[in-house]
Amino acid sequence: MKLQKVTATAAVVLSLAVTATACGSSKDDNSGSGGGSKITVGIKFDQPGLGQKKADGSFAGFDVDVASYVAKQLGYAAKDIEWKETPSADRENALARGDVDFIVATYSITPEREQKVAFAGPYLLAHQDLLVRKDENISTGTDLNGKKLCSVTGSTSAQNIKESIAPKANLKQYGTYSECLDGLVGGAVDALTTDDSILAGYASQEQYKGKVKLAGLKLSNENYGIGVKKGDTKLKGQINDALEKMVSDGSWDKAVKANFGPAGYKNEPAPKIGAIVR
Amino acid sequence: MFDFLEGYDVLGAFWTTVQLTFFAAIGSLIWGTILAGMRVSPVPLMRAFGTVYVNVFRNIPLTVIIVFTSLGLADVFGITLGVPDDFDALGFRLAVLGLILYTSTFVCESLRAGINTVPVGQAEAARALGLGFTQVLRLIVLPQAFRSVIGPLANVLIALTKNTTVAAAIGVGEAALLMKEMIENEAQLLLISLVFALGFVVLTLPTGLILGWLGKRLAVKR
Repeated sequence: MKLQKVTATAAVVLSLAVTATACGSSKDDNSGSGGGSKITVGIKFDQPGLGQKKADGSFAGFDVDVASYVAKQLGYAAKDIEWKETPSADRENALARGDVDFIVATYSITPEREQKVAFAGPYLLAHQDLLVRKDENISTGTDLNGKKLCSVTGSTSAQNIKESIAPKANLKQYGTYSECLDGLVGGAVDALTTDDSILAGYASQEQYKGKVKLAGLKLSNENYGIGVKKGDTKLKGQINDALEKMVSDGSWDKAVKANFGPAGYKNEPAPKIGAIVR
Repeated sequence: MFDFLEGYDVLGAFWTTVQLTFFAAIGSLIWGTILAGMRVSPVPLMRAFGTVYVNVFRNIPLTVIIVFTSLGLADVFGITLGVPDDFDALGFRLAVLGLILYTSTFVCESLRAGINTVPVGQAEAARALGLGFTQVLRLIVLPQAFRSVIGPLANVLIALTKNTTVAAAIGVGEAALLMKEMIENEAQLLLISLVFALGFVVLTLPTGLILGWLGKRLAVKR
């Protein structure tokens, strides 16, 4: 094989890789808001308490409740909402391609992300926290050095622990929080760390009730926003109005209690629109 | 354009990938050779073990094997491979173990194909000279078998290199894990994926070319 041939092959391989990743699905045209048509909303399918697809195919969680309320304010009935799974890595692209109209999926507002998408909200202020066994006592972040922690591969929480909160902690990373939870209950790890809202959702599950608790540390500020396509100021404004209404008519509080109640989660008061806590 | 690469140890992550590949390759070669020996041995029990092992491990998805080493062996049974308090080292060793368990089956099957290229007459002649089974295998059959399957083994090695990305599932800090972190922070899915895809091409393309050339040179002309 000559070198020329090799470079040519490499070029072909690479260009194929680019085209394979670049072709998104095209969506039938229903941009903007209006009655009668459908609206597509991106959520998580695998986070109990926030966005979860139940065994019977229905959806439940705080993010789902917020999304449903917002969609209703935009003039869509519950049956006109199309739920789409948007995993963390795919959120920016899903909005840019127009696969979804807006995203409510534990989407923390960060400067890097604001360059790619626009955020309505925030609609919830969460903090990185720990989930520990009932009998554990951890009161500050530095107590974690030397402890065994578990988090999800590549997540912001895992990086915070490694870089700032407790660099000497022993960190295990798995693909899902459920895998960490088994280790926590079984004693292989001492604490599981991520946003308290997500932890509350897991702690509220039947099989873990009474076995685990939230430590209540505020290790970071996570401002959950609703992602919309960059430049779509009209939709962003409409969603912001809907969120304000949701807080003022009490639906917001009700949704928090319904989804995070069993875990003893002390939620922050509803954030003001545009008030991002860094 | 590529300013998002700043502050990330991309080379370090790929170095971990290379290390995983290296140790798993050595281990798979040894264990795979032993398995191949078992599968052609005159002892029925050994043959049965080899066959069952290969068919079981070849058909379990690698992700399941690697996640099980961590969730099952380490978390539940407390097998910590000599590093109970260092999750980084433990994850690395468990990943290498999982990769060996899986990849050795492919090494074994390639090698068995190679053994079949050696004419039966050679083994018979060796037996007639009074060599035992292991001697026949070691001195006569395996050297020729290896030379004829360098190409297929190169394919296994390339697959292994890419399979190391599964180690991210148990938190080993190799290329795929860094890629996840970067996508989480930088919101640059396409460019980041491209950089890592290129990284793997840089790793595997020379492997394929060099071993392909070597295979041509060393193959026993019959």
